[in-house]
Amino acid sequence: MITHPRTEELAQAVARWVDELRPDLDPRNAFLARVAVNVLGVIGRELTLGPAAEAAATQRLVVLLDHGGGYAELNGELCRRLREGTMDVASPGLLAALKANVLDQLAIDQPNYRHEG
Amino acid sequence: MSVDVLAVLPALARRLGGEDAVLAAAERLSGGASMETWAFSMEIPGQRRRDLILRRRSAPFDPDASRSTSLAAEAALIRAVRLQGAPAPPLVHLCDDEDGLGECHVTERIVGEALGRRIVADPRFDAVRPGLARQCGEVLAQIHATPPPAAAELKTADFLVELGRYEDIYRASGAERPVLELAFQHLKASAPEPVDLVLLHGDFRNGNLMISPETGVAAVLDWELSHIGDPAEDLGWICVNSWRFGRPDRPVGGFGDYADLLAGYEAAGGRPVPLRRVRAWQALGSLKWGVMCLMMYLSWSGGTEASVERPMIGRRVSETEIDLIHLLEAGL
Repeated sequence: MITHPRTEELAQAVARWVDELRPDLDPRNAFLARVAVNVLGVIGRELTLGPAAEAAATQRLVVLLDHGGGYAELNGELCRRLREGTMDVASPGLLAALKANVLDQLAIDQPNYRHEG
Repeated sequence: MSVDVLAVLPALARRLGGEDAVLAAAERLSGGASMETWAFSMEIPGQRRRDLILRRRSAPFDPDASRSTSLAAEAALIRAVRLQGAPAPPLVHLCDDEDGLGECHVTERIVGEALGRRIVADPRFDAVRPGLARQCGEVLAQIHATPPPAAAELKTADFLVELGRYEDIYRASGAERPVLELAFQHLKASAPEPVDLVLLHGDFRNGNLMISPETGVAAVLDWELSHIGDPAEDLGWICVNSWRFGRPDRPVGGFGDYADLLAGYEAAGGRPVPLRRVRAWQALGSLKWGVMCLMMYLSWSGGTEASVERPMIGRRVSETEIDLIHLLEAGL
């Protein structure tokens, strides 16, 4: 992929520009501009952290379900099994795998969220 | 209905305060998707200035489809809970056609702070913060002891009804989120036994409480989600981590402990509620908020809402997922 600039740098550049505009905006648009900066932050983090997070999540699902496959397919199967009740909170490794996957997603979506962990 | 509120307020001031009443100040405080809040003041010669709040519906209202009550119902609720001693802002006026403002009501403006983050962190609240959880318990006992006003035509929902409602929305969304799926199935299997249902506030959390730096809980705001349900629903909702504003170590609203909340509730006459029941409703609360975040994304992807805020809220589902994981790890 192109490195000069990398895609996440483009997102970062737009975020900085929006940040510069913010002080001149009315309250509603200043709020929405802050949201827009956060959106660009998610995009940047998904670009940098997303591939490794998805690979790790897929690997955890492979172990949990005991067979190979792509992320979407394995994730869908896990949802089905939870819904049918063939897996539940007592299934070995389930909570640990879900927790690791959620923490990786949270690092992309809302890295500053304070939770009980 | 499009109304120029600022143009109409002087006439409302005269209706409330007499021919000599003058509108002294007015500003819009917030604009939700369907509800506006305005702060305004009026001066009457020889009298103290009166600071008031106008709440007004700005989008069409379908009472059958909506979870919200009408503003007339909200007015009836405020009157009813105040008779039990609960601190709702006193109702001043329920608007009618003569006002030309559409569906709205006027209450007294209660002085204090409603922003959750400030209540949790600002040193101005250091003195009252340790007492807030107990006060919240006392206030909830007063609300739950209130006979539901018939005029409000409130809906009824217990644990499984509420769980089912949100599971239906989740299914229809097409999203595949294993943590939400696990939470739906686990809570369905471990639902608390039904109890006698009572009048609930329905959105009792840090953010809907007006807090005074001198006296603590000064008013409970935003009654539009009031309904009949399990007392533990209100007790659990204020413990959802999403309203702890960066203080997950203080389970009640980011300012207090479970024991104080429940002790205040009992001391004010509330029927004792086991912590386990509160935690079950807290988990359902996190799950509901997760689904609501999905709904806000869907309102954007479906074209009903255009704001950039809506899709971004969809990226808050993972916050509720980590909270649910912690609850499930702890056995709820």
